[in-house]
Amino acid sequence: MIPKLEVKDLNYSYHSMEGETQALSNISFAVNPGEFLAIVGPSGCGKSTLLSLICGLLAPESGTILLDGTMIPQGDTRIGYMLQKDHLFEWRTIFSNACLGLEIQKKLNDESKSRVKQLMAAYGLEAFQDARPSELSGGMRQRAALIRTLALEPDLLLLDEPFSALDYQTRLAVCDDISTIIRKQNKTAVLITHDLSEAVSVADRIIILTKRPGRIKDTMTIKFPDNAMSPLMRRNCPEFSSYFNEVWSILRD
Amino acid sequence: MRENETLAQQEYVAKQVRRRNMVTAARILLLVVILVLWEVSARTGLINDFIFSSPSRMMICFLSMVTDRSIFYHMGITILETLVSFALVIITGITGAVLLWSSKSLSEVLDPYLVMLNSLPKSALAPILIVWLGANMKTIIVAAISVAVFGSILTLHNGFMSMDPDQVKLIYSLGGKRKDVLVKVLLPGSIPLIVSNMKVNVGLCLVGVIIGEFLAARAGLGYLIIYGSQVFKLDLVLMSIVILCILSAVMYQGIAVVEKRTRR
Repeated sequence: MIPKLEVKDLNYSYHSMEGETQALSNISFAVNPGEFLAIVGPSGCGKSTLLSLICGLLAPESGTILLDGTMIPQGDTRIGYMLQKDHLFEWRTIFSNACLGLEIQKKLNDESKSRVKQLMAAYGLEAFQDARPSELSGGMRQRAALIRTLALEPDLLLLDEPFSALDYQTRLAVCDDISTIIRKQNKTAVLITHDLSEAVSVADRIIILTKRPGRIKDTMTIKFPDNAMSPLMRRNCPEFSSYFNEVWSILRD
Repeated sequence: MRENETLAQQEYVAKQVRRRNMVTAARILLLVVILVLWEVSARTGLINDFIFSSPSRMMICFLSMVTDRSIFYHMGITILETLVSFALVIITGITGAVLLWSSKSLSEVLDPYLVMLNSLPKSALAPILIVWLGANMKTIIVAAISVAVFGSILTLHNGFMSMDPDQVKLIYSLGGKRKDVLVKVLLPGSIPLIVSNMKVNVGLCLVGVIIGEFLAARAGLGYLIIYGSQVFKLDLVLMSIVILCILSAVMYQGIAVVEKRTRR
């Protein structure tokens, strides 16, 4: 089986007049179709750099990144990227914010519009189509941002700490929401987070990175009795805390 | 008054309304006091009304110019010159700032020149402009543009550069190009900045127009001021200055209305 995403011997350094900072060193991993991978590590370990590399915003110094076994051109719409903040534009309505990607790709037509409307209805934003982003709660905004990403029908979703800007309660709820949506749509996803409990509650597999320069320290497969369990249900399982402790101890030493 | 409003709320609202009314009343009173003092001291000979004029003399001057319609001609010329130069400043300001934004090297090369041109006193340019372009409206408009345009480019460019890099990242991650960043984020997101920059520019354009009219005009309020001072008709000079005050306030308020609309 060809993995959905394959990263081989990836290296990346930042350059400035003061010198060179190695951000990532020798990163190799693969993600299978439909898998939910979480990457955790201390802050400044190059997690976000890794996502920028995967979606082609940065070019790797060496190493290859393959999607479905082929190289990824810049601006490939098979990859959807969710950023830390929702970045919904205040001068657009929620609906036209959700259509931004389609607009840029020149794929905005009646069919795609009705698809966006369906997504909005499915995720409880139907009544807010014509609202401005400031009228929505943090959780609703993040859902609108997810619809903006899903509207382009990507196969692979990259999530760059998409819940970290929310307060704790909303964060649990939105994380539950969004990971359920992603699982239901059967998308492959890579989540970056520094929140270990979040990683354990959503992922099928966790990659743990070292401090800068980021190297892969360990990989851990997460198995819960029922695969369809939502993150909140997982948090109530006895396995949850043992996985959490395991990740924590790997990260610490 | 709304229902179930508490007494404290009512008191608060009443206090705020009272304060607002007092400010308005004080503003009007201040104007009246100045006008009365001016008029009285001119009539009683405390000040020489040949040099200092007086509200009534200005009014007589104004009315006589209204009857022969000449005041509308001069005001029209000044307004036209200001609006034309203002429009050109907005267009070149935005275009210039977008060009600088689109090329980092270009902006680095041009930066010291722009800073220098911005701080140069533009009235120094006026005599050369007359030689180059002639004593006509072209000179006046170019002079007005030169006063406002460099600052406008620098302000807008600074604003463009302080855009959230994550918003750029978002556009790229949706497969957009630099053009999409410009059209989808930069310009719509900069409308408040552009409007507040317009507020500054309309005043600066008026400054430039008056400088230009001082030197190279046969019509306009700036011309009236220079002409009036040369023939010692100070009623005319002071009246023109008062009209200029009103004109600049009206134009500023016009942009403030636009600003309110865009904030919606």
